[in-house]
Amino acid sequence: MKFEGTKSYIATEDLKVAVNASITLERPIIVKGEPGTGKTMLAHEVAKSLNAEIFTWHIKSTTKAQQGLYEYDAVTRLRDSQLGDEKVKDIKNYISKGKLWNAFECDKRPVLLIDEIDKADIEFPNDLLLELDKMEFFVYETGETIKAVNRPIVIITSNNEKELPDAFLRRCFFHYIKFPDPETMEEIVNVHYPDIKKDLIQEAFKIFYDIREVPGIKKKPSTSELIDWLKLLMTDDVDAKILREKDPKKLIPPLHGALLKNEQDVHLFERLAFISRRENENAD
Amino acid sequence: MFINFFFELKQAKLPVSLKEYLMLMEAMDKRVVDSFDVNDFYYLSRSALVKDERYLDKFDRVFGHSFKGLEKKDGEEVTEIPEEWLRLMGQKYLTDEEKKLIESLGGWDKLMETLKKRLEEQEKRHQGGNKWIGTGGTSPFGAYGYNPEGIRIGQKESRNKKAVKVWDKREFSNLDGDVELGTRNIKVALRRLRKFAREGAETELDLDNTIKSTAHKGYIDVKMMPERRNKIKVLLFFDVGGSMDAHVKICEELFSAARTEFKHMEYFYYHNCLYDAVWKDNSRRYNDNVKTWDLLHTYPSDYKVIFVGDAEMSPYEITYPGGSVEFWNEESGETWLTRLLNVYENAIWLNPIPERYWEQIASTSIIKQIFSDRMFPLTIEGIDQAMRELNK
Repeated sequence: MKFEGTKSYIATEDLKVAVNASITLERPIIVKGEPGTGKTMLAHEVAKSLNAEIFTWHIKSTTKAQQGLYEYDAVTRLRDSQLGDEKVKDIKNYISKGKLWNAFECDKRPVLLIDEIDKADIEFPNDLLLELDKMEFFVYETGETIKAVNRPIVIITSNNEKELPDAFLRRCFFHYIKFPDPETMEEIVNVHYPDIKKDLIQEAFKIFYDIREVPGIKKKPSTSELIDWLKLLMTDDVDAKILREKDPKKLIPPLHGALLKNEQDVHLFERLAFISRRENENAD
Repeated sequence: MFINFFFELKQAKLPVSLKEYLMLMEAMDKRVVDSFDVNDFYYLSRSALVKDERYLDKFDRVFGHSFKGLEKKDGEEVTEIPEEWLRLMGQKYLTDEEKKLIESLGGWDKLMETLKKRLEEQEKRHQGGNKWIGTGGTSPFGAYGYNPEGIRIGQKESRNKKAVKVWDKREFSNLDGDVELGTRNIKVALRRLRKFAREGAETELDLDNTIKSTAHKGYIDVKMMPERRNKIKVLLFFDVGGSMDAHVKICEELFSAARTEFKHMEYFYYHNCLYDAVWKDNSRRYNDNVKTWDLLHTYPSDYKVIFVGDAEMSPYEITYPGGSVEFWNEESGETWLTRLLNVYENAIWLNPIPERYWEQIASTSIIKQIFSDRMFPLTIEGIDQAMRELNK
């Protein structure tokens, strides 16, 4: 089992090494990186390329570790017992399986994505230590032990909102997806829009990287935003010439809403454009 | 295997543990990567040993350092190219002109000596240029790289050197900052200021109440209650401009930590001392400000007040009407501060200037007095003490 990237996903050499290490050693891999660099995509692409089933567990601030294993619905059982329902006699009727359980039961080695683990409570990763290490857990209500048939490939993403505990990190591989350089970016764009005009890309890239360099910008545009923007430029059939426009009156790039998601950033950008326009006029 | 490397990482204060080292060994054992490719080894060890992007740069440096030993060995190999052989090559291929050039540089022996010296100086693979040894250049050493492909000094294109480039680029250098560390510490300190209360959607089982109600009604009656949440409410005032410029960074850290820690937080800016208005946006401070009177009437007295400022100004700016450096204030800063303190019982002042200088600055002493000594230095410890004070 080896991950080599897919037709729709460009994986850098270091990412491949990290993913393959995690697959071979059956340990989880934590993927961090700027938003929009394809952290969640990675899990789906690994599943696709290995032809494996994927289980996605999205973490929210209220998610508890137990919910990934199973949940025992005591309240419903209590109510049912009041009504004398037959179901009450078997406790199994009130246990609903979590994503981990589902993944453990899979016949073929599946991919388990634990998405945005940093959203949860600070103790959340600690509560999953043993389960992810041994790939088994105990169901108190029924007294059975659930053990993974095939140890799933566990991919965990984090946006760095909270720091993860050391004990948890020690058990995982780690990869930081850095922002792609222009060459990798071009590959990525080619994968998504093979028939995009070459000069349009070049001009768009220039603007894109220029915007990323603007000092004080709150939310730098990311890969996924670039791809959205290119899509808009293509559907609008914007000519590369317009992007090359150095006329200061049109300094704000067309359809900039796809790149700048923050009101303050748009203001900042407009102000900068305004300043440079004034400078140009003075120069005249 | 690689024990030295591991200890060097430890020495560089990277949080690596035995478990991670064994994991790396296991990966090498299972041939996750081709163990002869240093590049792959670099990726693998990075993935196994580094667990936080802020350590990536440090790791690159240590790796580069550990690896340099290997590189030196390369250099030795290079100097072992038999001189005899070079001489022969030279005679075979060099034109008369080039032979003369060699003579002008001091002959073969001198040239070899310079070559050795330069190999020692040279750290990276080099392409182009006119001094270093490498490919495609016009260095005098290019003279014996005469045949069309050039003589490759050393072995085949060293994969090691390609790898050097990867970590020597130090792409992660700007991620190596203590800013995050700073805010985490501040967050922990701010955490002292907590008052939990149950409000909002009922999501938890209230066991006591359920038992009580069940006994009372004679059938099972499930009671729920809302989750516990931090209910503390905070007003933050930041001094901006002038002498505060030197403390912008620490203020930013405090601000970002406070914003995530407190759900109910309002912040305002002022300059030097509190007068009849504060503002929320520094670029629109004259058009879009908040009257201090409105503020006192808007936020109830259970808000906790935190002032951040260096309290360094002329004493007149505090004690006299019209003392402000920016406009004519009808009432003195002291009056305004006292008014505010009369409304909000829990208030403190955080001062970025080290405590030992406070005595010497007249205005600082005055403010400290107005705040009945509730002034704390803007350090982790100071914040800690300040939060205890606010909790009283």
